[in-house]
Amino acid sequence: MRWLLPEYIEDILPAEAARIEQLRRKILDLFFKHDYELVMPPLLEYMDSLLTGTGHDLELRTFKVVDQLSGRMMGLRADITPQVARIDAHLLNRKGVTRLCYCGSVLHTRPASPGATREPIQIGAERYGDAGIAADLEILRLLCKALQLARARNARIAIGHVAVFRSLARAAQAGPELEAQLFEALQRKDVPELRNLSRALEAKIRSAILLLPELYGGPEVLAAAEKKLPRIAGLIAALATLRKLARACKLPVSFDLAELRGYHYHSGVVLDAYCDGVTGAVARGGRYDEVGKAFGRARPATGFSIYLRSLAGAVR
Amino acid sequence: MVKISIALSKGRIFDETAPLLERVGIRPNDDPERSRKLVLATNRRDVQLIVVRASDTPTYVERGGADLGVAGRDVLAEHGGEGLYQPVDLGIAACRMMVAVRKGFDYAGAVRQGARLRVATKYVNITREHFAAKGVHVDLIRLYGSMELAPLVGLADAIVDLVSTGNTLRANSLVPVEEIMPVSARLIVNQAALKTKRAALQPLIDAFSKAAGR
Repeated sequence: MRWLLPEYIEDILPAEAARIEQLRRKILDLFFKHDYELVMPPLLEYMDSLLTGTGHDLELRTFKVVDQLSGRMMGLRADITPQVARIDAHLLNRKGVTRLCYCGSVLHTRPASPGATREPIQIGAERYGDAGIAADLEILRLLCKALQLARARNARIAIGHVAVFRSLARAAQAGPELEAQLFEALQRKDVPELRNLSRALEAKIRSAILLLPELYGGPEVLAAAEKKLPRIAGLIAALATLRKLARACKLPVSFDLAELRGYHYHSGVVLDAYCDGVTGAVARGGRYDEVGKAFGRARPATGFSIYLRSLAGAVR
Repeated sequence: MVKISIALSKGRIFDETAPLLERVGIRPNDDPERSRKLVLATNRRDVQLIVVRASDTPTYVERGGADLGVAGRDVLAEHGGEGLYQPVDLGIAACRMMVAVRKGFDYAGAVRQGARLRVATKYVNITREHFAAKGVHVDLIRLYGSMELAPLVGLADAIVDLVSTGNTLRANSLVPVEEIMPVSARLIVNQAALKTKRAALQPLIDAFSKAAGR
Protein backbone atom coordinates (compact mmCIF):
# COMPACT_ATOMS: atom_id res chain seq x y z
CA MET A 1 0.00 0.00 0.00
CA ARG A 2 1.40 3.37 -0.95
CA TRP A 3 -0.65 6.00 0.78
CA LEU A 4 -1.20 8.13 -2.26
CA LEU A 5 -3.39 11.19 -2.05
CA PRO A 6 -5.63 12.17 -4.98
CA GLU A 7 -4.20 14.56 -7.58
CA TYR A 8 -4.03 18.20 -6.51
CA ILE A 9 -4.88 17.24 -2.91
CA GLU A 10 -2.09 17.40 -0.35
CA ASP A 11 -1.18 17.30 3.31
CA ILE A 12 -0.02 20.55 4.84
CA LEU A 13 3.12 19.82 6.87
CA PRO A 14 4.20 21.59 10.09
CA ALA A 15 6.19 24.53 8.71
CA GLU A 16 3.54 25.50 6.18
CA ALA A 17 0.68 24.72 8.55
CA ALA A 18 2.17 27.08 11.14
CA ARG A 19 2.50 29.84 8.54
CA ILE A 20 -1.08 29.40 7.38
CA GLU A 21 -2.43 29.38 10.92
CA GLN A 22 -0.50 32.50 11.96
CA LEU A 23 -1.75 34.31 8.90
CA ARG A 24 -5.30 33.14 9.55
CA ARG A 25 -5.20 34.52 13.10
CA LYS A 26 -3.72 37.85 12.01
CA ILE A 27 -6.27 38.36 9.26
CA LEU A 28 -9.25 37.29 11.38
CA ASP A 29 -8.07 39.67 14.12
CA LEU A 30 -7.97 42.44 11.53
CA PHE A 31 -11.55 41.58 10.48
CA PHE A 32 -12.70 41.53 14.14
CA LYS A 33 -11.09 44.91 14.71
CA HIS A 34 -13.23 46.27 11.87
CA ASP A 35 -16.42 44.80 13.38
CA TYR A 36 -16.78 41.81 11.07
CA GLU A 37 -18.55 38.92 12.80
CA LEU A 38 -17.30 35.39 12.17
CA VAL A 39 -19.67 32.77 10.74
CA MET A 40 -19.01 29.09 10.06
CA PRO A 41 -21.24 27.74 7.27
CA PRO A 42 -21.41 23.95 6.81
CA LEU A 43 -19.01 21.98 4.61
CA LEU A 44 -21.86 20.60 2.58
CA GLU A 45 -25.48 21.50 1.91
CA TYR A 46 -28.23 20.78 -0.61
CA MET A 47 -27.22 21.59 -4.17
CA ASP A 48 -30.12 23.95 -4.81
CA SER A 49 -29.18 26.31 -2.00
CA LEU A 50 -25.44 25.91 -2.58
CA LEU A 51 -25.69 27.08 -6.16
CA THR A 52 -28.54 29.56 -5.84
CA GLY A 53 -27.84 32.90 -7.45
CA THR A 54 -24.36 31.99 -8.62
CA GLY A 55 -25.19 30.95 -12.17
CA HIS A 56 -23.58 27.92 -13.72
CA ASP A 57 -19.99 28.89 -12.99
CA LEU A 58 -19.85 26.81 -9.83
CA GLU A 59 -21.90 23.79 -10.74
CA LEU A 60 -19.20 21.82 -12.56
CA ARG A 61 -16.70 22.67 -9.86
CA THR A 62 -18.83 21.21 -7.04
CA PHE A 63 -18.40 17.63 -5.75
CA LYS A 64 -21.82 16.02 -5.30
CA VAL A 65 -23.06 13.31 -2.95
CA VAL A 66 -26.50 11.88 -2.21
CA ASP A 67 -27.87 12.54 1.29
CA GLN A 68 -28.78 9.17 2.87
CA LEU A 69 -31.28 10.88 5.19
CA SER A 70 -33.34 12.78 2.64
CA GLY A 71 -32.35 11.23 -0.70
CA ARG A 72 -31.54 14.70 -1.97
CA MET A 73 -28.39 15.78 -3.76
CA MET A 74 -25.84 17.59 -1.65
CA GLY A 75 -22.73 19.44 -2.70
CA LEU A 76 -19.40 20.09 -0.98
CA ARG A 77 -18.98 23.83 -1.07
CA ALA A 78 -16.77 25.17 -3.86
CA ASP A 79 -17.16 28.77 -2.67
CA ILE A 80 -18.13 30.17 0.73
CA THR A 81 -19.46 33.53 -0.50
CA PRO A 82 -22.94 32.28 -1.52
CA GLN A 83 -23.27 30.46 1.83
CA VAL A 84 -22.56 33.65 3.74
CA ALA A 85 -25.02 35.54 1.51
CA ARG A 86 -27.62 32.91 2.42
CA ILE A 87 -26.91 33.40 6.13
CA ASP A 88 -27.32 37.17 5.80
CA ALA A 89 -30.46 37.04 3.66
CA HIS A 90 -32.24 34.18 5.33
CA LEU A 91 -31.09 33.65 8.92
CA LEU A 92 -29.98 36.94 10.37
CA ASN A 93 -32.74 38.98 8.80
CA ARG A 94 -31.25 42.21 10.13
CA LYS A 95 -32.05 45.59 8.70
CA GLY A 96 -29.16 47.92 7.95
CA VAL A 97 -25.55 46.98 7.59
CA THR A 98 -24.24 43.53 8.49
CA ARG A 99 -20.54 42.67 8.36
CA LEU A 100 -19.60 38.99 8.23
CA CYS A 101 -16.29 37.16 7.83
CA TYR A 102 -15.32 33.51 7.42
CA CYS A 103 -12.39 31.17 6.97
CA GLY A 104 -12.55 27.59 5.73
CA SER A 105 -11.63 25.01 3.12
CA VAL A 106 -13.53 24.63 -0.11
CA LEU A 107 -13.29 21.76 -2.61
CA HIS A 108 -13.06 21.88 -6.39
CA THR A 109 -13.71 18.95 -8.73
CA ARG A 110 -11.03 20.37 -11.02
CA PRO A 111 -8.22 22.78 -10.18
CA ALA A 112 -9.57 26.32 -10.66
CA SER A 113 -6.40 27.24 -12.56
CA PRO A 114 -3.66 24.99 -13.99
CA GLY A 115 -1.73 23.31 -11.18
CA ALA A 116 -3.86 24.85 -8.41
CA THR A 117 -4.85 22.82 -5.35
CA ARG A 118 -8.34 21.35 -5.35
CA GLU A 119 -8.72 22.24 -1.70
CA PRO A 120 -8.07 25.98 -1.32
CA ILE A 121 -8.66 27.77 2.00
CA GLN A 122 -10.75 30.91 1.64
CA ILE A 123 -10.60 33.70 4.18
CA GLY A 124 -12.87 36.62 3.45
CA ALA A 125 -15.10 39.46 4.53
CA GLU A 126 -18.53 40.51 3.22
CA ARG A 127 -20.53 43.64 3.88
CA TYR A 128 -24.31 43.57 3.36
CA GLY A 129 -27.03 46.18 3.25
CA ASP A 130 -25.16 49.10 1.73
CA ALA A 131 -25.37 49.79 -2.00
CA GLY A 132 -23.23 52.93 -1.86
CA ILE A 133 -19.62 53.38 -2.78
CA ALA A 134 -18.71 53.69 0.93
CA ALA A 135 -19.12 49.91 1.23
CA ASP A 136 -16.90 49.24 -1.81
CA LEU A 137 -14.27 51.57 -0.39
CA GLU A 138 -14.34 49.87 3.00
CA ILE A 139 -13.93 46.45 1.41
CA LEU A 140 -11.08 47.62 -0.81
CA ARG A 141 -9.26 49.20 2.15
CA LEU A 142 -9.72 46.07 4.24
CA LEU A 143 -8.31 43.90 1.44
CA CYS A 144 -5.28 46.20 1.12
CA LYS A 145 -4.74 46.09 4.89
CA ALA A 146 -4.92 42.29 4.96
CA LEU A 147 -2.34 42.00 2.17
CA GLN A 148 -0.05 44.53 3.85
CA LEU A 149 -0.43 42.73 7.17
CA ALA A 150 0.63 39.49 5.46
CA ARG A 151 3.62 41.33 3.92
CA ALA A 152 2.66 40.21 0.44
CA ARG A 153 5.49 41.32 -1.86
CA ASN A 154 4.66 43.70 -4.67
CA ALA A 155 0.93 43.43 -3.93
CA ARG A 156 -1.32 45.16 -6.43
CA ILE A 157 -5.02 45.42 -7.14
CA ALA A 158 -6.79 45.10 -10.50
CA ILE A 159 -10.24 46.68 -10.67
CA GLY A 160 -13.00 46.24 -13.22
CA HIS A 161 -16.73 46.97 -13.33
CA VAL A 162 -19.31 44.71 -14.94
CA ALA A 163 -21.59 47.69 -15.73
CA VAL A 164 -19.14 48.84 -18.42
CA PHE A 165 -19.87 45.85 -20.64
CA ARG A 166 -23.42 45.33 -19.37
CA SER A 167 -24.55 48.85 -20.21
CA LEU A 168 -23.00 48.58 -23.69
CA ALA A 169 -24.73 45.24 -24.28
CA ARG A 170 -28.07 46.64 -23.05
CA ALA A 171 -27.70 49.79 -25.16
CA ALA A 172 -27.07 47.59 -28.18
CA GLN A 173 -30.17 45.49 -27.28
CA ALA A 174 -27.97 42.48 -27.88
CA GLY A 175 -30.31 39.86 -26.36
CA PRO A 176 -29.15 37.18 -23.92
CA GLU A 177 -27.60 34.81 -26.47
CA LEU A 178 -25.44 37.38 -28.23
CA GLU A 179 -24.57 38.98 -24.90
CA ALA A 180 -23.29 35.61 -23.66
CA GLN A 181 -21.22 35.10 -26.81
CA LEU A 182 -19.74 38.60 -26.62
CA PHE A 183 -18.97 37.96 -22.95
CA GLU A 184 -17.11 34.73 -23.76
CA ALA A 185 -15.05 36.42 -26.47
CA LEU A 186 -14.24 39.37 -24.18
CA GLN A 187 -12.97 37.01 -21.49
CA ARG A 188 -10.43 35.70 -23.99
CA LYS A 189 -9.75 39.19 -25.39
CA ASP A 190 -10.58 37.48 -28.67
CA VAL A 191 -10.73 40.53 -30.93
CA PRO A 192 -11.31 38.66 -34.23
CA GLU A 193 -14.32 36.86 -32.73
CA LEU A 194 -15.67 40.10 -31.20
CA ARG A 195 -15.44 41.76 -34.58
CA ASN A 196 -17.32 38.88 -36.09
CA LEU A 197 -20.07 38.80 -33.42
CA SER A 198 -20.64 42.55 -33.23
CA ARG A 199 -21.18 42.97 -36.96
CA ALA A 200 -24.92 43.66 -36.64
CA LEU A 201 -24.63 46.13 -33.76
CA GLU A 202 -24.94 49.88 -34.00
CA ALA A 203 -21.60 51.37 -35.14
CA LYS A 204 -21.02 53.49 -32.02
CA ILE A 205 -21.63 50.59 -29.62
CA ARG A 206 -19.68 48.19 -31.79
CA SER A 207 -16.53 50.28 -31.79
CA ALA A 208 -16.87 50.69 -28.00
CA ILE A 209 -17.08 46.91 -27.49
CA LEU A 210 -14.09 46.37 -29.79
CA LEU A 211 -12.14 48.87 -27.70
CA LEU A 212 -12.72 47.07 -24.38
CA PRO A 213 -9.96 44.42 -24.74
CA GLU A 214 -7.38 47.22 -25.04
CA LEU A 215 -8.66 49.11 -22.01
CA TYR A 216 -6.43 47.64 -19.37
CA GLY A 217 -3.45 49.15 -17.56
CA GLY A 218 -2.82 52.10 -15.26
CA PRO A 219 -4.94 55.19 -14.52
CA GLU A 220 -4.54 56.35 -18.15
CA VAL A 221 -7.10 53.64 -19.00
CA LEU A 222 -9.87 55.55 -17.21
CA ALA A 223 -9.02 58.76 -19.05
CA ALA A 224 -9.06 56.88 -22.37
CA ALA A 225 -12.35 55.19 -21.48
CA GLU A 226 -14.01 58.49 -20.52
CA LYS A 227 -12.91 60.00 -23.80
CA LYS A 228 -13.63 57.15 -26.17
CA LEU A 229 -16.63 55.23 -24.79
CA PRO A 230 -20.20 56.46 -25.48
CA ARG A 231 -21.86 58.53 -22.79
CA ILE A 232 -24.32 55.99 -21.42
CA ALA A 233 -25.48 56.75 -17.85
CA GLY A 234 -24.59 53.35 -16.33
CA LEU A 235 -21.20 53.36 -17.97
CA ILE A 236 -20.29 56.85 -16.80
CA ALA A 237 -21.32 56.03 -13.24
CA ALA A 238 -19.17 52.88 -13.36
CA LEU A 239 -16.10 54.84 -14.50
CA ALA A 240 -16.65 57.42 -11.74
CA THR A 241 -16.81 54.62 -9.16
CA LEU A 242 -13.55 53.14 -10.48
CA ARG A 243 -11.86 56.52 -10.23
CA LYS A 244 -12.91 56.93 -6.59
CA LEU A 245 -11.74 53.44 -5.69
CA ALA A 246 -8.37 53.99 -7.36
CA ARG A 247 -7.86 57.20 -5.40
CA ALA A 248 -8.58 55.45 -2.10
CA CYS A 249 -6.44 52.38 -2.77
CA LYS A 250 -3.23 52.17 -0.77
CA LEU A 251 -1.68 49.61 -3.13
CA PRO A 252 -0.78 50.10 -6.81
CA VAL A 253 -3.91 49.85 -8.95
CA SER A 254 -4.52 48.70 -12.49
CA PHE A 255 -7.77 48.51 -14.44
CA ASP A 256 -9.17 45.96 -16.82
CA LEU A 257 -12.47 47.03 -18.31
CA ALA A 258 -12.91 43.69 -20.09
CA GLU A 259 -12.43 41.68 -16.87
CA LEU A 260 -15.83 40.15 -16.21
CA ARG A 261 -15.05 37.10 -14.12
CA GLY A 262 -18.11 36.07 -12.14
CA TYR A 263 -20.24 38.21 -14.48
CA HIS A 264 -23.26 36.07 -13.69
CA TYR A 265 -23.31 36.97 -10.05
CA HIS A 266 -21.29 40.14 -9.84
CA SER A 267 -23.25 43.34 -10.33
CA GLY A 268 -20.73 46.13 -9.92
CA VAL A 269 -17.08 46.45 -9.00
CA VAL A 270 -14.83 43.41 -9.60
CA LEU A 271 -11.56 43.17 -7.64
CA ASP A 272 -8.51 40.96 -8.14
CA ALA A 273 -5.35 41.11 -6.06
CA TYR A 274 -1.96 39.88 -7.24
CA CYS A 275 1.39 39.52 -5.49
CA ASP A 276 4.81 38.05 -6.25
CA GLY A 277 5.02 34.30 -5.76
CA VAL A 278 1.41 33.57 -6.79
CA THR A 279 0.74 32.79 -10.46
CA GLY A 280 -2.91 33.81 -10.61
CA ALA A 281 -4.90 36.11 -8.34
CA VAL A 282 -4.27 35.82 -4.58
CA ALA A 283 -7.68 37.33 -3.74
CA ARG A 284 -10.88 38.05 -5.62
CA GLY A 285 -13.93 40.06 -4.76
CA GLY A 286 -16.48 42.61 -5.77
CA ARG A 287 -20.13 43.55 -5.57
CA TYR A 288 -22.90 40.97 -6.00
CA ASP A 289 -26.21 42.59 -5.10
CA GLU A 290 -28.34 39.95 -6.85
CA VAL A 291 -27.39 36.84 -4.86
CA GLY A 292 -29.56 37.56 -1.81
CA LYS A 293 -32.65 37.96 -4.01
CA ALA A 294 -32.60 34.24 -4.77
CA PHE A 295 -32.80 33.56 -1.01
CA GLY A 296 -35.88 35.74 -0.74
CA ARG A 297 -34.27 39.00 0.29
CA ALA A 298 -32.33 41.17 -2.14
CA ARG A 299 -29.49 42.73 -0.20
CA PRO A 300 -26.69 44.88 -1.55
CA ALA A 301 -23.48 42.93 -0.95
CA THR A 302 -19.80 43.47 -1.49
CA GLY A 303 -16.76 41.58 -0.24
CA PHE A 304 -13.62 39.64 -1.04
CA SER A 305 -12.01 36.33 -0.43
CA ILE A 306 -8.28 35.62 -0.08
CA TYR A 307 -6.72 32.28 -1.05
CA LEU A 308 -4.95 31.72 2.25
CA ARG A 309 -2.71 28.87 1.11
CA SER A 310 -1.44 30.81 -1.92
CA LEU A 311 -0.81 33.86 0.24
CA ALA A 312 1.01 31.85 2.92
CA GLY A 313 3.12 30.18 0.22
CA ALA A 314 4.07 33.55 -1.25
CA VAL A 315 5.13 35.33 1.95
CA ARG A 316 7.41 32.72 3.48
CA MET B 1 15.14 43.30 -17.63
CA VAL B 2 11.81 41.58 -18.18
CA LYS B 3 12.27 38.32 -20.12
CA ILE B 4 9.68 37.28 -22.64
CA SER B 5 9.36 33.82 -24.12
CA ILE B 6 7.34 32.90 -27.17
CA ALA B 7 6.16 29.32 -27.80
CA LEU B 8 6.19 28.14 -31.42
CA SER B 9 5.83 24.77 -33.08
CA LYS B 10 8.12 23.54 -35.85
CA GLY B 11 6.82 23.16 -39.37
CA ARG B 12 4.07 25.25 -40.89
CA ILE B 13 3.47 27.53 -37.88
CA PHE B 14 7.17 28.34 -37.58
CA ASP B 15 7.69 28.81 -41.32
CA GLU B 16 4.82 31.26 -41.61
CA THR B 17 5.50 33.02 -38.30
CA ALA B 18 9.17 33.67 -39.19
CA PRO B 19 8.39 36.55 -41.62
CA LEU B 20 6.11 38.12 -38.99
CA LEU B 21 8.86 37.81 -36.37
CA GLU B 22 11.25 39.43 -38.82
CA ARG B 23 8.84 42.37 -39.28
CA VAL B 24 8.45 42.66 -35.52
CA GLY B 25 12.27 42.77 -35.29
CA ILE B 26 12.94 39.34 -33.77
CA ARG B 27 15.43 36.95 -35.42
CA PRO B 28 16.27 33.57 -33.84
CA ASN B 29 20.03 32.94 -33.54
CA ASP B 30 19.57 29.31 -34.63
CA ASP B 31 17.41 27.75 -37.32
CA PRO B 32 14.93 25.54 -35.42
CA GLU B 33 14.64 23.16 -38.38
CA ARG B 34 18.36 22.41 -38.12
CA SER B 35 19.17 23.00 -34.48
CA ARG B 36 18.18 20.47 -31.85
CA LYS B 37 17.90 23.17 -29.22
CA LEU B 38 14.43 23.67 -27.78
CA VAL B 39 15.16 27.10 -26.35
CA LEU B 40 16.37 29.54 -28.99
CA ALA B 41 17.99 32.85 -28.17
CA THR B 42 17.20 35.75 -30.50
CA ASN B 43 18.80 39.02 -31.55
CA ARG B 44 16.80 40.64 -28.72
CA ARG B 45 18.32 39.81 -25.36
CA ASP B 46 14.93 39.98 -23.64
CA VAL B 47 13.17 37.60 -26.06
CA GLN B 48 13.59 33.85 -26.42
CA LEU B 49 11.69 31.31 -28.47
CA ILE B 50 10.74 27.90 -27.16
CA VAL B 51 10.00 25.07 -29.58
CA VAL B 52 7.00 22.92 -28.63
CA ARG B 53 4.65 20.46 -30.28
CA ALA B 54 1.75 22.29 -31.94
CA SER B 55 -0.94 20.76 -29.73
CA ASP B 56 1.09 21.64 -26.59
CA THR B 57 1.31 25.38 -27.32
CA PRO B 58 -1.86 26.37 -25.38
CA THR B 59 -0.74 24.28 -22.38
CA TYR B 60 2.67 25.97 -22.21
CA VAL B 61 1.18 29.45 -22.48
CA GLU B 62 -1.73 28.76 -20.11
CA ARG B 63 0.63 27.50 -17.40
CA GLY B 64 3.12 30.32 -17.85
CA GLY B 65 5.86 28.19 -19.48
CA ALA B 66 5.77 30.89 -22.17
CA ASP B 67 4.26 34.38 -22.15
CA LEU B 68 3.18 34.39 -25.78
CA GLY B 69 2.55 31.68 -28.32
CA VAL B 70 1.34 31.06 -31.83
CA ALA B 71 -1.34 28.38 -32.13
CA GLY B 72 -3.83 27.35 -34.78
CA ARG B 73 -7.50 27.97 -34.08
CA ASP B 74 -7.98 24.19 -34.42
CA VAL B 75 -5.60 23.52 -31.53
CA LEU B 76 -7.19 26.28 -29.43
CA ALA B 77 -10.73 25.06 -30.04
CA GLU B 78 -9.71 21.51 -29.14
CA HIS B 79 -7.90 22.68 -25.99
CA GLY B 80 -10.83 24.87 -24.94
CA GLY B 81 -8.79 28.08 -24.87
CA GLU B 82 -9.75 28.82 -21.26
CA GLY B 83 -7.25 30.79 -19.27
CA LEU B 84 -5.74 32.33 -22.39
CA TYR B 85 -6.07 35.62 -24.18
CA GLN B 86 -6.12 35.35 -27.97
CA PRO B 87 -6.07 38.97 -29.15
CA VAL B 88 -4.67 38.73 -32.69
CA ASP B 89 -5.61 36.64 -35.71
CA LEU B 90 -2.26 36.37 -37.48
CA GLY B 91 -3.96 35.22 -40.69
CA ILE B 92 -1.25 32.60 -41.31
CA ALA B 93 -1.38 28.82 -41.71
CA ALA B 94 -4.89 29.18 -43.09
CA CYS B 95 -6.98 26.11 -43.83
CA ARG B 96 -10.39 24.67 -43.01
CA MET B 97 -11.64 22.10 -40.52
CA MET B 98 -13.82 19.76 -42.57
CA VAL B 99 -15.86 16.59 -42.43
CA ALA B 100 -14.80 14.23 -45.24
CA VAL B 101 -16.18 10.88 -46.39
CA ARG B 102 -15.35 8.21 -48.96
CA LYS B 103 -16.39 9.12 -52.48
CA GLY B 104 -19.90 7.76 -53.06
CA PHE B 105 -20.90 7.76 -49.36
CA ASP B 106 -24.26 9.52 -48.94
CA TYR B 107 -23.38 11.82 -46.02
CA ALA B 108 -26.45 14.07 -46.29
CA GLY B 109 -28.68 11.02 -46.47
CA ALA B 110 -27.03 9.38 -43.44
CA VAL B 111 -27.46 12.57 -41.41
CA ARG B 112 -31.08 12.96 -42.49
CA GLN B 113 -31.94 9.40 -41.49
CA GLY B 114 -30.40 9.89 -38.07
CA ALA B 115 -27.89 7.11 -38.69
CA ARG B 116 -25.15 6.57 -36.16
CA LEU B 117 -21.87 7.69 -37.73
CA ARG B 118 -18.42 6.39 -36.88
CA VAL B 119 -16.08 9.37 -37.08
CA ALA B 120 -12.28 9.19 -36.89
CA THR B 121 -10.37 12.29 -35.83
CA LYS B 122 -7.68 13.68 -33.61
CA TYR B 123 -9.99 16.59 -32.76
CA VAL B 124 -12.41 14.68 -30.52
CA ASN B 125 -13.79 17.71 -28.62
CA ILE B 126 -14.47 19.78 -31.73
CA THR B 127 -16.05 16.77 -33.44
CA ARG B 128 -18.22 15.86 -30.47
CA GLU B 129 -19.52 19.44 -30.23
CA HIS B 130 -20.10 19.80 -33.96
CA PHE B 131 -22.21 16.66 -34.26
CA ALA B 132 -24.03 17.26 -30.97
CA ALA B 133 -25.10 20.69 -32.28
CA LYS B 134 -26.47 18.99 -35.41
CA GLY B 135 -28.20 16.34 -33.30
CA VAL B 136 -26.31 13.50 -34.99
CA HIS B 137 -25.23 10.41 -33.03
CA VAL B 138 -21.54 9.66 -33.43
CA ASP B 139 -19.06 7.11 -32.18
CA LEU B 140 -15.69 8.79 -32.00
CA ILE B 141 -12.48 7.03 -32.90
CA ARG B 142 -9.42 8.90 -31.71
CA LEU B 143 -6.48 8.67 -34.08
CA TYR B 144 -3.17 10.49 -33.96
CA GLY B 145 -2.52 10.86 -37.69
CA SER B 146 -3.28 9.69 -41.25
CA MET B 147 -7.02 9.96 -40.60
CA GLU B 148 -7.64 9.52 -44.35
CA LEU B 149 -6.95 5.83 -43.98
CA ALA B 150 -9.83 5.15 -41.57
CA PRO B 151 -12.74 5.27 -44.07
CA LEU B 152 -10.70 3.30 -46.65
CA VAL B 153 -10.21 0.31 -44.37
CA GLY B 154 -13.74 0.43 -42.98
CA LEU B 155 -12.74 1.79 -39.57
CA ALA B 156 -14.96 4.88 -39.89
CA ASP B 157 -17.71 6.41 -42.03
CA ALA B 158 -16.28 9.91 -41.88
CA ILE B 159 -13.24 11.84 -40.71
CA VAL B 160 -12.80 15.32 -39.28
CA ASP B 161 -9.50 16.93 -40.21
CA LEU B 162 -7.78 20.04 -41.51
CA VAL B 163 -7.94 20.54 -45.25
CA SER B 164 -5.76 23.07 -47.02
CA THR B 165 -5.34 22.07 -50.69
CA GLY B 166 -7.45 18.92 -50.59
CA ASN B 167 -4.70 16.92 -52.32
CA THR B 168 -4.39 14.28 -49.61
CA LEU B 169 -8.15 13.73 -49.62
CA ARG B 170 -8.24 13.41 -53.41
CA ALA B 171 -5.28 11.00 -53.46
CA ASN B 172 -7.23 8.75 -51.11
CA SER B 173 -10.62 9.03 -52.86
CA LEU B 174 -12.21 11.09 -50.10
CA VAL B 175 -14.41 14.17 -50.55
CA PRO B 176 -14.98 17.05 -48.14
CA VAL B 177 -18.70 17.36 -47.36
CA GLU B 178 -19.02 19.96 -44.61
CA GLU B 179 -16.98 22.83 -43.21
CA ILE B 180 -16.78 23.04 -39.40
CA MET B 181 -14.71 26.21 -39.14
CA PRO B 182 -12.12 28.23 -40.99
CA VAL B 183 -8.73 27.93 -39.29
CA SER B 184 -5.78 30.29 -39.03
CA ALA B 185 -3.10 30.90 -36.41
CA ARG B 186 -3.67 33.16 -33.41
CA LEU B 187 -1.29 35.00 -31.15
CA ILE B 188 -2.07 33.77 -27.63
CA VAL B 189 -1.10 35.40 -24.35
CA ASN B 190 -0.79 34.15 -20.75
CA GLN B 191 -3.41 35.99 -18.67
CA ALA B 192 -1.29 36.70 -15.61
CA ALA B 193 1.69 37.76 -17.76
CA LEU B 194 -0.42 40.36 -19.55
CA LYS B 195 -1.23 41.91 -16.18
CA THR B 196 2.23 41.66 -14.60
CA LYS B 197 4.45 42.28 -17.67
CA ARG B 198 2.18 44.65 -19.55
CA ALA B 199 4.83 47.24 -20.37
CA ALA B 200 6.95 44.61 -22.12
CA LEU B 201 4.19 42.57 -23.75
CA GLN B 202 1.75 45.15 -25.10
CA PRO B 203 4.23 46.69 -27.60
CA LEU B 204 5.00 43.20 -28.92
CA ILE B 205 1.31 42.36 -29.26
CA ASP B 206 0.71 45.65 -31.09
CA ALA B 207 3.69 44.96 -33.35
CA PHE B 208 2.38 41.46 -34.22
CA SER B 209 -1.04 42.92 -34.90
CA LYS B 210 0.49 45.49 -37.24
CA ALA B 211 2.79 42.94 -38.92
CA ALA B 212 -0.23 40.72 -39.58
CA GLY B 213 -2.02 43.69 -41.13
CA ARG B 214 -4.89 43.68 -38.60
